[in-house]
Amino acid sequence: MFVNRRAPFGTVYALESLEVVLIAATFDQDVSLVFLDDGVYQLVKGQDSKAIGIKNHSKTYRALEGYDVEKLYVERESMQARGLGEDDLMVDVEVLSSAEMAALMAEQDVVLSF
Amino acid sequence: MVSEGPYTHQAADTAWNFASAAIAAGHEVMRVFFYHDGVYNATRLTEPPQDDRHIVNRWSALKEQHGVDLVVCVAAALRRGIKDEVLAPGFRISGLGQLIDAGIKADRTVTFGD
Repeated sequence: MFVNRRAPFGTVYALESLEVVLIAATFDQDVSLVFLDDGVYQLVKGQDSKAIGIKNHSKTYRALEGYDVEKLYVERESMQARGLGEDDLMVDVEVLSSAEMAALMAEQDVVLSF
Repeated sequence: MVSEGPYTHQAADTAWNFASAAIAAGHEVMRVFFYHDGVYNATRLTEPPQDDRHIVNRWSALKEQHGVDLVVCVAAALRRGIKDEVLAPGFRISGLGQLIDAGIKADRTVTFGD
């Protein structure tokens, strides 16, 4: 499970998290992604990073399905705190409460946080 | 996994202390994987003041004394100017697959960073 907690731009964590996710997918692992805190912004539609001169990696989220990475979880509280809803996101996700998210994390063999 | 560079952030210190304590308690630490700015832990050009701890040499000693595999992510390293010619003793540059491999093989995977 890959836990993404930071905004898509401003730091490199979102991009380098995606790079690990794609590698993990090639290892035939049960890969899932979690988006919480500012990490929920990573999935917001219509990202355009041209003005800051940084590659827009957000298109990769829509390509994850092609790597059989289909388990995307978003924390409800993080979305609500930022005025976001599922309609604002570029991919289909499963929205979980923080309590449900905690239970899911407890089941994982490996959790990597970015 | 060490996700932050040395000296700016405590992650490298905490990770080294954790690894040393785990080994002292009889556990095996199979690998330390350096990612993001964590790759700066691997440069032999590091030269802290004499009264400060030498974070890079401490890692090298961990490899020399306990055989801990010190792996630097190639993509993260090349982005940041870390190449074979500046690697401190005991480090090696390899791919993200080494992080996934460690997650699969080890009982525990621990992340050091924010």
